Amino acid sequence: MVEQLAPPNEEHIWQLLEGVSDPEVPVLSILDLGIVRAVRVEGEDVHVTITPTYSGCPAMNVIATEIRLLLLAEGITKLHIHNQLSPAWTTDWMSQAGRRKLEEYGIAPPVDGTATGHMLNLFGKDTAVRCPLCKSDNTHMVSQFGSTACKAHYQCDDCLEPFDYFKCHA
Amino acid sequence: MMTDSTMPAQATAAAPSEAQAQLFPFVLQLADTSLILAHRLSEWCGHGPILEQDLAMANIALDFLGEARSYYQYAAELEGKGRSEDDLAYLRSAVEYRNPLLVEQPNGDFAGTIVRQFIYDCFHYHLLLQLKSGPDAQLAAIAEKSVKEAAYHIKWSAEWVIRLGDGTEESRRRVEKAIENLWRYTGELTTPSATEQALQAAGFVPDYAAIREQMDAHIARVFEEATLAVPVGVFMQKGGKDGRHTEHLGYLLAELQYMQRTYPGLQW
Repeated sequence: MVEQLAPPNEEHIWQLLEGVSDPEVPVLSILDLGIVRAVRVEGEDVHVTITPTYSGCPAMNVIATEIRLLLLAEGITKLHIHNQLSPAWTTDWMSQAGRRKLEEYGIAPPVDGTATGHMLNLFGKDTAVRCPLCKSDNTHMVSQFGSTACKAHYQCDDCLEPFDYFKCHA
Repeated sequence: MMTDSTMPAQATAAAPSEAQAQLFPFVLQLADTSLILAHRLSEWCGHGPILEQDLAMANIALDFLGEARSYYQYAAELEGKGRSEDDLAYLRSAVEYRNPLLVEQPNGDFAGTIVRQFIYDCFHYHLLLQLKSGPDAQLAAIAEKSVKEAAYHIKWSAEWVIRLGDGTEESRRRVEKAIENLWRYTGELTTPSATEQALQAAGFVPDYAAIREQMDAHIARVFEEATLAVPVGVFMQKGGKDGRHTEHLGYLLAELQYMQRTYPGLQW
């Protein structure tokens, strides 16, 4: 006998999605990152809307597959994943819990209000970013572009360790 | 690039209107331009002058590739003939590509890549700002997403133009040579093709004269800081947007399309 599963409900799906992590930053769930924009249930059909962090983020396909597998295990077969570009993702959507987890993991969380909005601010002062390892503010940016599209490359001038900074994207 | 049927583009729900259908060649041109520039930048991967700049170019390449995918997906939908984003990228020949000549030019040395990038970034950033508030919802959504990334690109390339121009004797010589080599391809960016002219009338393609002014102002400001001269009276080459390319594009596509041409339909 196949056990009859309860019809899907939105709240339950949101809880399940907490279990899907970003493959490039595994301490963060996709909810921490703020990339799940909507969950909608219409009868047996489930619609999940996600938004990419960066246009070329290679994690998006993996995330979509993981959502599909997870919900399939819950008996949800009529799943529709929508990719929404607008409004564009911003680090403002990252949860406070997510920011804490990032720092504990060794990645400095985004400092609000520091997005590169001023293209003429050349050689401007770097964002003051706290070292996630020794907590010193005495750090400098090595490169605006880091190990993944969403991170910049920093170095601490006290403990001398290099670290990733999840750059502000507002 | 891989086809992913689980993630349709945002605007799949409604069939394209007649006005939108006319957008196809323009969206394809945007897609080709971002893809070709992404490919050029990706050629640096593992060859950058220092690790951090190698990473920067790979990152920027990825942004352009992502942007290209969004345009190709939308173009495929507008065309409505069952071609996928991959078909459009991998199975069209050089004469069918619509990118302007600038982006297909070989990398040259680091200064050559920086000058090409800086000029394109100046155009790209201002173009995206216009598209973002344009009448087509999907183009506006793609532009809204990409302009945030373009803001990082233009800052990076401008700082390098200044470092190289106002740097050592050798860096200055190389960047001046790059400007001399590439300047002839800068006019095409803001010279509308027949396709673009028709769409400009309908408001889908922004006013290039206004973009040119913003570009020129930005270039002048950065070149001044770099102690470089803006060339004057240069004869401008064009043709890429009509499918007449320099000989470099064919070689690029031979590499880019090799796998799909050799093993049609191959997936991984």
